[in-house]
Amino acid sequence: MTSPIRTRVSRDSEKRRDLLERMVLQGPGFLFITIFMATPITLVAIYSIFQRGRFGGIVYKATTENFTRALDPVYLGVLTDSLKIAGITTVLAIAIGYPTAYAIAKLPTKWRSIALVLVVMPFWTNFLIRTYSWIMLLNREGLLNHALMKFNIIHTPLDLLYTQSAVVVGLLYGYLPLMILPLYASIERLDPQLGEAAANLGATKARAFFSLTLPLTASGLIAGSIFVFIPSLGNFIVPELLGGGKTVMVGNLIRDQFLKARDWPFGSVLALSVIALVFIFFMLQNAVEKRFSSDASE
Amino acid sequence: MMPVNKTLRKIRPLKVILFGTFAFLYIPIFALMAMSFNGSHSPFILKGFSFRWYSVLMHDSRVIHGLINTLIVATGSTILSSVLGTLLAVGLHRYTKSSFLNAFALAPAIVPDIVLGIGLLALYALLSVSLGLYSVLLAHVVFSMAFVTAVVKARLAHTDKYLREASMDLGATRTSTFLRITVPSLAPAILAGALLAFTLSLDEFVIAFFTNGPTTPTLPIVIYSMVRFGVTPEINALATLLMLVSFTAVIIAQRMTRPTEDE
Repeated sequence: MTSPIRTRVSRDSEKRRDLLERMVLQGPGFLFITIFMATPITLVAIYSIFQRGRFGGIVYKATTENFTRALDPVYLGVLTDSLKIAGITTVLAIAIGYPTAYAIAKLPTKWRSIALVLVVMPFWTNFLIRTYSWIMLLNREGLLNHALMKFNIIHTPLDLLYTQSAVVVGLLYGYLPLMILPLYASIERLDPQLGEAAANLGATKARAFFSLTLPLTASGLIAGSIFVFIPSLGNFIVPELLGGGKTVMVGNLIRDQFLKARDWPFGSVLALSVIALVFIFFMLQNAVEKRFSSDASE
Repeated sequence: MMPVNKTLRKIRPLKVILFGTFAFLYIPIFALMAMSFNGSHSPFILKGFSFRWYSVLMHDSRVIHGLINTLIVATGSTILSSVLGTLLAVGLHRYTKSSFLNAFALAPAIVPDIVLGIGLLALYALLSVSLGLYSVLLAHVVFSMAFVTAVVKARLAHTDKYLREASMDLGATRTSTFLRITVPSLAPAILAGALLAFTLSLDEFVIAFFTNGPTTPTLPIVIYSMVRFGVTPEINALATLLMLVSFTAVIIAQRMTRPTEDE
């Protein structure tokens, strides 16, 4: 019985209500992200082209000086060191995480969930405390040196703490669960019959792994690498506690520029370089993922 | 005999790997816990058994103060981020296909924390906001919200949209449909997201480090100043207590989410 006019009116009001609903649902969240994430990052980008005031603060006179200063070998060295440390950590996390995730996926069902809880558990422990535990283990009087001396493997304690390796171990310890979980999720989804089919068709184990398993688990590998690489790159706690000031990463530099040197423009340039590196990493991952997914669909 | 041997050979390297990984993950934790009952002053040599570091801890006003601050921040940011994150997830699910907006909603979880930390410090300085607990609380909401949104959105993919249509056809308003149909059907996901937000806030150090006021340190900031000063068994006692709390929380969360996993 509804007249065409009434239908149009109600459709219009329906549309208006949809719009209103969308605003109510999405508005507060997006407003919040705009104020507390987009604005701060924009601010960092703006500060990077201005000069530092004599007593800290910002002098609004444009300059490229901060960027050229970041290319100084001292700072460039810190950036490449950070990339190297985050890269090695990610590679080691893959080397340990992949077989571990594979092993968990092959466990009987009831053991699987227990193993997963055991992987997650350390991650819910305060990061500082987990890092601190390695001071106790690696110290000259620490447990590792103690054990090695007791078994007569070494006679004088080794300087394990305050080295770059200690920093890598600390980061690896902190972020390994973030590699194992996405890898497990993608390995668990694999169809065991695929492996059998590959074997029946005469593929060697290595061939089956590289042309079948690896491409099909690439998404987990990539997610895990992002989760390990990004927090490792910007980390300043582990280099400070386990690197003992000898290993300086870009996170330490940024922190010091903002809180000690009070050179916010230069600190902003360094922060932008971290964002840029993260962005490049994402693009690389994207390219790899595309290649792998087209390989797998072939 | 052959099949047994074969399975053994297949299983053994995997078991060795699992054993190695778990040893790596748990030896530091167990060492830390053992040292917390140390009778001696040395943080490295275990001598005698005592609870005295726990009693030192209970009388440390910095720790108690930090714990209270942390609980205020975590509770406030969990409530706010659960509400905002749930609304955003439902809104995105219903109206937004744009991958840019969807990525924007989850971006705070991916932006390196140090960048977010200094950016917020710059923002607060620009607006001359004096730093205190609420500046940390608001900072925590922005990344916690991204996690709540992600969890709720994942759940929305499996919900029945006809239930909502039926409710509205029967004359319920949008608001009452949202409160009486949508929210209850999302309850497990909202709860899981809230739990995640709470734990993340409880442990968050970097952003709090940049946005917190000088007189209102949260517990991770207190811990940071303690570990920077050096190794004392008091930290081990604190670490043991915190680990017990988070392990209990993980087990409870596991129990809670189990029925939904079986669906």
